[in-house]
Amino acid sequence: MPETSGLRTVVCIKQVPKAEQLKIDPVKKTLVREGVESEINPSDLHALEMALQLKDKHGGSLLALSMGPPRFIQALEIAIGMGADKGILLSDRALGGSDTLPTSYALSKAVEHLGDFDIIFCGEETTDSSTGHVGPGMAANLDLPQLTYVVEVEVRDGHVRAKRAVEDGFEVWETTLPLVITVNHGCNHPREPTLLGKIKARTIGIIEDVNADDVGLDKDKIGLSGSPTVVDTIETVELPDRSGRIYSGEAREAVRKLLDDLEAEGII
Amino acid sequence: MSGARKSKGVMVFVEFRRDHIRRGSIQLIGEGRRIADILGVELSGALLGHGVEEYAKEAIQYGLDKVHLVEHPILASYAARPYSKVMVELVEKYKPEIMLLAATKNGRELGGRFYVHLQTGLAADCTAFRVSEEKNLVMIRPAFGGKSLAHIMCKKTRPQMATARPNVFPEPERDPKRKGRIIKENIELGPEDVDAKMVQFITHMEDEATRLADADVIVAGGHGIRRADTFGTLQELADVLGGTVGGSRKVVDLRWLPKDRQVGQTGKTVRPNVYVAVGISGAVQHLAGMQESEKIVAINNDPEAEIFKISDFGIVGDLFEVVPEMIRQIRERRPAKEPI
Ligand SMILES: Cc1cc2nc3c(=O)[nH]c(=O)nc-3n(C[C@H](O)[C@H](O)[C@H](O)COP(=O)(O)OP(=O)(O)OC[C@H]3O[C@@H](n4cnc5c(N)ncnc54)[C@H](O)[C@@H]3O)c2cc1C
Ligand SMILES: Nc1ncnc2c1ncn2[C@@H]1O[C@H](COP(=O)(O)O)[C@@H](O)[C@H]1O
Repeated sequence: MPETSGLRTVVCIKQVPKAEQLKIDPVKKTLVREGVESEINPSDLHALEMALQLKDKHGGSLLALSMGPPRFIQALEIAIGMGADKGILLSDRALGGSDTLPTSYALSKAVEHLGDFDIIFCGEETTDSSTGHVGPGMAANLDLPQLTYVVEVEVRDGHVRAKRAVEDGFEVWETTLPLVITVNHGCNHPREPTLLGKIKARTIGIIEDVNADDVGLDKDKIGLSGSPTVVDTIETVELPDRSGRIYSGEAREAVRKLLDDLEAEGII
Repeated sequence: MSGARKSKGVMVFVEFRRDHIRRGSIQLIGEGRRIADILGVELSGALLGHGVEEYAKEAIQYGLDKVHLVEHPILASYAARPYSKVMVELVEKYKPEIMLLAATKNGRELGGRFYVHLQTGLAADCTAFRVSEEKNLVMIRPAFGGKSLAHIMCKKTRPQMATARPNVFPEPERDPKRKGRIIKENIELGPEDVDAKMVQFITHMEDEATRLADADVIVAGGHGIRRADTFGTLQELADVLGGTVGGSRKVVDLRWLPKDRQVGQTGKTVRPNVYVAVGISGAVQHLAGMQESEKIVAINNDPEAEIFKISDFGIVGDLFEVVPEMIRQIRERRPAKEPI
């Protein structure tokens, strides 16, 4: 029973560009990527925290898994700093250009390669591709139950009880291990990586590299050729040209000017 | 991957929740109709549930040619595995060239599961569709937090699948005289298709009278309001402006505001006449839900806040001074304009 041996969890994390730093080049109308820092995808931090809380309670192992170029190691280091036991980076040139279909396939194969797990955690969505498809896609590939947008989870005797946030309220669901859970953004306060943890992350063997062959990927099912969707064009959005009459200074005077404007527009 | 050759028609997943077809699905029936008409093909719906035949008729009245009705006790309320199984069977049987779902939370997790069994492409949270010259679907969605629009295509495989953001497409007129076919589907389901059960539902249903999506004026609060109580003052401002309150995700996550009041990428998309953003920084995910408002007014004490960049009007100042002052001065102006 997982209670006695602890829970074995894997948390899928992705390194993403910091959204607020992304800017559109005013002349070229393209995305400026230079000098943009990256971070762990925000909702993946919530997934890590949820998995860590289960580990605090039940013991067991927590593995952080990421698929991407070598620089994604940074995300794994942070995860280990927070308390993950191990990091796995699935990296291969053949994976370049993968959309969510091959991404969920590759991550599922990596999970199978790594062993048996009780819970596979994902964030609700990434800030750079924001689809939320990878979690359910892994559940489909691995033929597991899925619970998405989860804010709380409890495990007892192999049974899982989880609360998910939906548009008109919360739902409480019951299912059994193993399963895939995607974690709602903002549902907990992710802990800071500790210094000791960061040092541990530098230990040889704590982060393992695997490639497409190691996890047995079918090369036809990954990368650009394995991706059914293509991005045809990127259109820059012209935000509506706003007049931007911004007042500052003493509140009473600023409010008077603002209300004059609103009145002139027929708004009040 | 199923070949493009024999696929035909547009199919919409008609999402039924407790006692109604969700608005996002109704809007999508309208958009599906438009696409089907351009292609000159049929528009069908997939309605799953138990005892829901009357809703199949309703869906037709919004513009479907036919409904595949799948009824079973196991389908009475949504669950990923059995719904996914049924959708895979329907798509394999009828081979639509386009499969659309509303990008509700359940729509997204359902689409994200069953497209894998179909081994096709799925574009998430689209806000517009076009049909290309070669009659492929161009699925348009905000990318990079709304700073650009990606045109996504799925040329090699069928169906071309997408989820579409609720409240972006207009709701089609309901025509009570419209006739269509209801096809009762027999799909076998058993206990092995049930792997999770919903045991409780905790609702905070929205009040129809103050629906965010339909409001002319929205006063939205962000993390800058510091306490849940401040919504009392924001409500007062909304009252004098004839509007309703909403907020950023941060205030919803803090439980200062119910989830159905959240504006943004993972909340509601709104386009009121006036959107007053109070103590909201203007994160891209927030802008994604309100940037098309007719007029945007921002109140923030940080002159560098992103929100000012897309505002028509604004005040750099402490909201705890500015908002009460606004309420006071609006009341002062009012009696002269409209006697009570
Ligand atoms: C996957 C994902 C989905 C998301 N979806 C959404 C979404 O749908 N909607 C959404 O809103 N966010 C969403 N977010 C979160 C988003 O990135 C921001 O974190 C959030 O919008 C910030 O909320 P805020 O503006 O209220 O808070 P903050 O960014 O903390 O801003 C508070 C503002 O208040 C101002 N302020 C503070 N004190 C005062 C004062 N006394 N007077 C005046 N101003 C003051 C500050 O200057 C600041 O600008 C999402 C994030 C992710 C990762
Ligand atoms: N390249 C990746 N490596 C590891 N996990 C990923 C990757 N891409 C997506 N995920 C996981 O899937 C979730 C949803 O991502 P997405 O479907 O891209 O929005 C993320 O929050 C991650 O947990």
